[in-house]
Amino acid sequence: MTAGSMTAALRALFWRELKLANRICGGAAMGVMFFLILVTIVPFSIGPDLNLLSRIGPAILWIAALLATLLGLDRLFQSDQEDGSLDALRMSETPLELIVAVKCAAHWCATCLPLIAAAPLFGLMLAMDGAALAGVTATLAAGTPALTFLGAIGAALTASLRRGGLLMAILILPLAIPVLIFGVSAAAAASGGTVPFLTPFLILVALSLASIALAPFAAAAALRAMSD
Amino acid sequence: MPFLLKVDRLTLARGGRTLVADLSFELKSGEALVVTGPNGAGKSTLLRALAGLLTPVSGSISISGAISGDGVDADDAPAIHAHYVGHADAMKSALTARENLAFWGAALGARNVRRDALAPDDVLRRVGLPQVADLPTGWLSAGQKRRVALGRLFVAPRPLWILDEPATALDRAAQERLAAEMALHRKAGGLIVVATHAPLGLEDAHELQLGGAP
Repeated sequence: MTAGSMTAALRALFWRELKLANRICGGAAMGVMFFLILVTIVPFSIGPDLNLLSRIGPAILWIAALLATLLGLDRLFQSDQEDGSLDALRMSETPLELIVAVKCAAHWCATCLPLIAAAPLFGLMLAMDGAALAGVTATLAAGTPALTFLGAIGAALTASLRRGGLLMAILILPLAIPVLIFGVSAAAAASGGTVPFLTPFLILVALSLASIALAPFAAAAALRAMSD
Repeated sequence: MPFLLKVDRLTLARGGRTLVADLSFELKSGEALVVTGPNGAGKSTLLRALAGLLTPVSGSISISGAISGDGVDADDAPAIHAHYVGHADAMKSALTARENLAFWGAALGARNVRRDALAPDDVLRRVGLPQVADLPTGWLSAGQKRRVALGRLFVAPRPLWILDEPATALDRAAQERLAAEMALHRKAGGLIVVATHAPLGLEDAHELQLGGAP
């Protein structure tokens, strides 16, 4: 098989996924609205203490981003499984691992990129200063690929279940804890503290790279096993 | 060199129950196999195994040969030379008929861009639905959806067609059209394996009767 034709196939898949995300799920708007609502209810629940809010701001943004990322991830393979697209995709010359990786990349672009763009804006609502805003945005950009790709494993495992969304969250949230720990600690370190910013940030980057490299294999294996 | 599908001592099980035991057959260029049997006899299971979507308990499925410049390498999986059209249409309801077909053309036609590959608009004319090109497939009727789904066979031509109840929801004219297309495909050296309850108008096809469910 020529590399060029496979690239064309993967590019077609990427654009199809983006088009579907825009037409079915309201695209970027839905995830950002969910993110906004999560960030807004926190000051209501803990009260208007600006010092407290700015201290826990990075953590709130990260938890909100984590939940917003999981939103819609359960449909990543489920809709393709239901309408038979997954069967046809498995019969293409393109390895299933690459198909999974491209679907994850498209999902990240459709849901996580808007979150990252909106994060500094929403951080202002939590009384965060400039350095903290930059820190949170940078850590979200570095850490959300890990969330999407880890989530893909859960999505693949639950693809044939009718109501697999909750089960997927239960499977994946424990795996997301390291990402959350290093993401929040890097974001907090950006606005001062004893730990240098780079140490947790580089571990976060490593977590993302490792999940991008390994998760497609796990998810593809899960999809194959499921259909047997 | 003619195209050859070879199934050797194939055993298939579903949910711990053996459905197909020790099945062997060969299908050559231009031949068709009609799989019949009562509900639950394993027709769909056999077809999914031929499409590479189901791992056999034992036995092997292999292909060799070439048609229309679509040659088989020794280590090719049979699946990448086959089309499987099953009960689900593999159409995204939010995309238009043209977008769906264009996507499958790119995704499934990666190996050889064959000369006889048709553009989505030509395929829609061929299945008699040029007017629905810009409609989301979610708006189409079941029969129209099925015709667009069968259009996949032409956007990315492949030698082996595996069709599971292809005539479901098709009106009489479309069924005749399907029979004509299957005859053309066989004439060009293609192979067809089809599971069906209704007669499809396949001339001198081999028949495989799968046993009843216990």
